[in-house]
Amino acid sequence: MSGPGRSKAANGWLLSAPALLLLLVAASGPLLIVAVYSFLEKGDYSGVRWILSGEAWFRVLFERDIFDGTVSLADANLSIFWRSVKLSLATTFITFALGLPTAWFIATRPPKARAVWLFLITIPFWTNLLIRTFAIMEVIRNQGLLNTFLINLGVISEPIQILYTDTAVLIGMAYVYLPLMVLPLFAAIDRFDFKLIEAGYDLYATRWRILRSVVLPIIKPGIVAGCILVFVPSLGAYVTPRVLGGGKNMMIGNFIELQFGQGQNWPLGAALSMVLLVIVMGALLIYTRVSSRDDPHA
Amino acid sequence: MSEEHAVVAQNVGKVYGTGAAAFTALGDISIAIRKGEFFTLLGPSGCGKTTLLRCIAGFETPTSGAILLSGRDITGVPPNQRPVNTVFQSYALFPHLTVAENVGFGLKMQGKSKAEIDAAVDRVLGLVKLEPFATRLPAQLSGGQQQRVALARALAPEPEVLLLDEPLSALDLKLRKAMQVELKRLQTETGITFIFVTHDQEEALTMSDRIGVMSAGALLQVGSPHEIYEKPVDRFVADFIGETNFLEGEARADGVEIAPGVVLPVTGHAGPVTLAVRPEQLRIGPPGEGLEAEVAEAVYMGTDTHFTLTLAGGPQVVARVQSRAGPEPRVGDKVGVSIDAAAVQVLAE
Repeated sequence: MSGPGRSKAANGWLLSAPALLLLLVAASGPLLIVAVYSFLEKGDYSGVRWILSGEAWFRVLFERDIFDGTVSLADANLSIFWRSVKLSLATTFITFALGLPTAWFIATRPPKARAVWLFLITIPFWTNLLIRTFAIMEVIRNQGLLNTFLINLGVISEPIQILYTDTAVLIGMAYVYLPLMVLPLFAAIDRFDFKLIEAGYDLYATRWRILRSVVLPIIKPGIVAGCILVFVPSLGAYVTPRVLGGGKNMMIGNFIELQFGQGQNWPLGAALSMVLLVIVMGALLIYTRVSSRDDPHA
Repeated sequence: MSEEHAVVAQNVGKVYGTGAAAFTALGDISIAIRKGEFFTLLGPSGCGKTTLLRCIAGFETPTSGAILLSGRDITGVPPNQRPVNTVFQSYALFPHLTVAENVGFGLKMQGKSKAEIDAAVDRVLGLVKLEPFATRLPAQLSGGQQQRVALARALAPEPEVLLLDEPLSALDLKLRKAMQVELKRLQTETGITFIFVTHDQEEALTMSDRIGVMSAGALLQVGSPHEIYEKPVDRFVADFIGETNFLEGEARADGVEIAPGVVLPVTGHAGPVTLAVRPEQLRIGPPGEGLEAEVAEAVYMGTDTHFTLTLAGGPQVVARVQSRAGPEPRVGDKVGVSIDAAAVQVLAE
């Protein structure tokens, strides 16, 4: 007979077993496979050969000339990484700049109107990402809504080429991820005590100083959460750069897909996936650092 | 009336909304608050006292009239350019800043040097006896301590006028009493003009140099606690401040007849009047001395006893008599009630 304490612990394990099993099989398992694949040799057409090799990791950063074997930095890979990070940061910044006033607006409405506005913000989640992306495409393509409108207005005479540029990817991602920024910002502003603004105003602060020294520091957890929620999926974005960026303006997600598809280099694809994972983990680490440092109860 | 006055309100009115939905928060308030004075705006909730305070702070702009600070018209000046600071009812301390940073906030925004800020913060924290808590966050303090941080934060920039919006209402009775004494001490030590808003008449009477009693957006009476208590101008003021007996009567040549045949020797009036008498001004004696009365109720309160007396002819009054050893009148006893004519207030109808 085991004591009541032990049986309680055993019960706990038993109850969490399905969740743990699912986590193990569905999350950790595949991750382990990807990690293992990145250290194997590539198969002739696809798949892997079970021979230990560092070639894939080498190819992440370097390339070997096919004729004389000289080693140089893999500019193409690096530029894709850089573009991904750059576009993700820009997306985060744009969604923050648009999301903060939006969240502020919603949080300062009367309760009934607030519910309506929040409802409107969540509507895009009901529609498939691909469809939303094609909708943006319809707006920005050469014969699309935006160009037709500007030409009819006489602002421009020739359509502006937006589609298949980094700008198009940026617009698309900002559109898709904006709600993920607005919601945590709203939650933070909703809890904000607006009396503090009066207190700041009373104590000789200008409006700008109140924003910088009172509002932003207090809603920082919401800002950090929103930025992470936008930055992480932006970095791994696949559909939006594929549809709006065309074939040339790849991001990491597309590049990884390429290795598993046409490129027929599974180990390289696996290694790139691990790199993406490391960048995301890094971002999350910064998040926990920043958010725990200012927690008064920490 | 400008130089010796810290704040002057000239015909200040505040109306919210327009047309049929318009709500008049302040009627037509004129008031002059002297430099270095502890002035209290007293009234029930919704009487407009907080609105007037917010007009002085700059959070609200009056729809009519002007507000002068040391003779200068500041009606349209934003709060961050007025040398006036507020202690908020909810304290509104910055939760992400330490006590010292909260207290130094105003000075920092004024662009003072770090040395100046540190010196002022030390001095003010000493004034409110919070030096050991300088590095704490507001959430780590008790309600009373937070209250003193709010006070220190508003005092640190040495404003010309300190506005206090019911700052003691969240404290328990004992702490509130202690803070009343503390506030009065701070005001005397700093010499800053305090404008204090409260609905608690006792608080107003204990601390103030002068009190302004407000009701329904109007200022009814301004005066020292003595004047307000002893010579209330109307029934509302008399009723709001302390306990009062009201007696309706008809003024005649020989006095005021409050019941058929019962005449109080208060002369110099005519027609129907209301008399106000404080319970402690009534004296109870043996039957035959003064007016005839019967004890309807006796409530022992410790230091004194409250007697409800039915006067001959019907009207009831409450008398407060200091408890003493020996027999006291009991319910049903016939007694005599004497009223000092000088202590009777004749109120305007």
